[in-house]
Amino acid sequence: MAPADIRQVVLDILERIAPDEDLSSLDDSVPFREQMELDSMDFLDIVMELRKQYRIQIPESDYEHLVTMDSTVAYLTPLLKDAPAPA
Amino acid sequence: MSGCGFAAGPPCPVREPVGTGDGLPPTWFPPVRYHTVIIGAGMSGLAAGIRLAYYEKPVCILERHTTIGGLNSFYRLRGRNYDVGLHAVTNYAPPGTRRGPLAKLLKQLRLRWDDFDLSPQCGSSVVFPGHRIPFDNDFDRFCDNVCDEFPQQADGFRRLVATIDAFDELNLEQEPQSARAVLAEHVSDPMLIDMLLCPLMFYGSAIPHDMDFSQFCIMFKSVFVQGFGRPYRGVRQILKTLVRHYRELGGELKLRHGVREIRVDNGRAVGVVLDDGTEIEAENVLSSAGHAETCRLADQAPPPAPVQAGELSFNEAIFVLDRQPSDLGHDETIVFYNNRNEFEYASPEDPCDVRSGIICSPNNFRYDDDLRLEDGYIRITALANPDYWMNLPDEEYYPAKEAWCERMLLSALEHIPDIRPHIVDTDVFTPRTIRRFTGHDRGAVYGAPKKILTGSTHVDGLYLCGTDQGFLGIIGSMLSGITMANNHLLR
Repeated sequence: MAPADIRQVVLDILERIAPDEDLSSLDDSVPFREQMELDSMDFLDIVMELRKQYRIQIPESDYEHLVTMDSTVAYLTPLLKDAPAPA
Repeated sequence: MSGCGFAAGPPCPVREPVGTGDGLPPTWFPPVRYHTVIIGAGMSGLAAGIRLAYYEKPVCILERHTTIGGLNSFYRLRGRNYDVGLHAVTNYAPPGTRRGPLAKLLKQLRLRWDDFDLSPQCGSSVVFPGHRIPFDNDFDRFCDNVCDEFPQQADGFRRLVATIDAFDELNLEQEPQSARAVLAEHVSDPMLIDMLLCPLMFYGSAIPHDMDFSQFCIMFKSVFVQGFGRPYRGVRQILKTLVRHYRELGGELKLRHGVREIRVDNGRAVGVVLDDGTEIEAENVLSSAGHAETCRLADQAPPPAPVQAGELSFNEAIFVLDRQPSDLGHDETIVFYNNRNEFEYASPEDPCDVRSGIICSPNNFRYDDDLRLEDGYIRITALANPDYWMNLPDEEYYPAKEAWCERMLLSALEHIPDIRPHIVDTDVFTPRTIRRFTGHDRGAVYGAPKKILTGSTHVDGLYLCGTDQGFLGIIGSMLSGITMANNHLLR
């Protein structure tokens, strides 16, 4: 999957977790928490959704990479390079 | 549902079929081992089940009773629908609210606002001799009402509100502290202290005379800051939504499947034994049966110290009226009353303490399109003595129920119009009824006095959810299941 596809995957997950958020103006370089109502339960859900959809394990020590969209995509790119892009 | 019923995951080998417990031929082929078995299909168990099923964990909820809900349930009697447990959903928030416990809950369960269909209350009050504090779902108005009613206490009350606001009740590492002690630091009028405690104790305290301050903050926010709502269809709306969602996600629910033992091997839970002797293996057991009750189920591994069960329980009389309560001039949703100067929240010596109580009318919510419930309902709830009701022989039990129902009503009539000429049906429950439906010792409605906020027990892989974990109210009980699933079973 290319970084643009990974970004879309993360967006889809955020949309599922927080359906009432407007994600169209999301700034990729600003922490999610500063732009949306996301707490630790929601971050766990991002990790769980990625595990469910792509069978990847993200150890708790790596959660710090999931702060912004840019850092999340950068972290996931090597992990998802062989995964097919969503249809 | 085919095979073992799970949407994904490794194939599950099947074992011998298990009886349904009602004499019918065996139809259930459980997998060799579940990821988690949940004891109890109440709000907390169902919510935990949804989280686990959503993330494809093989999960099964075992419920001894013939119906779901536990403490909060519903039934049909003589052609009418009744709710038990739920007076109102606390933590109300208008549709689309992005913060707060209700929003968090819906997100975690992947449910929509419409799924619970909550309508706000019309307005409630706390009534003590010479004082009345009305409140609705507008917290600023509640604060103004307190300050108008107790002008000398206004500054102290505002300081108390700031203290509550700053308190992090979701921190699971809190040490218990007395709510009365914290209140007394800010408020000097004992009647105001009692009036603030009264609704919160009635709606959630497992401790007589006092509350833990953390529990007080949870209840204060859920009752006064956020407020009350109710689905037009009552608690069945919420329970049916949860069960449908859980089953759609592949979760298994078995009614009439009571757990008689939690199997422990080498200090770790390894499964359960059903009432009929069937053994079910599981990597984890999540129990909403209560702390003391759960320890008893796991008696192969007794706890290091005795665990105290709860003792506070209630009688409730549900009156069906031939008209809406508002037609009789009663518009309030809930009245918390105390007919003496001091409020005593404790298990009474008498069978029932009729000096204080709760009057609830499910008719008095602002339902969409001005919908009205078909019948009028008034529910009156008062503290009861569990031992009295447990030990009464049947021939005395039913007359006693009737006699104390009459006394509860007489006491409540100081606060509502005389409904007696309009009563067309009555149903009464006692601590004995609650024990039968929840399995909680002595019918304790809010569980054990000491909460296990982390949900961990002395047995690995055995966790608690529900009242004895300690999040309160309908929304709290679901958050309890969610939090325990997240913290222990999904990491």
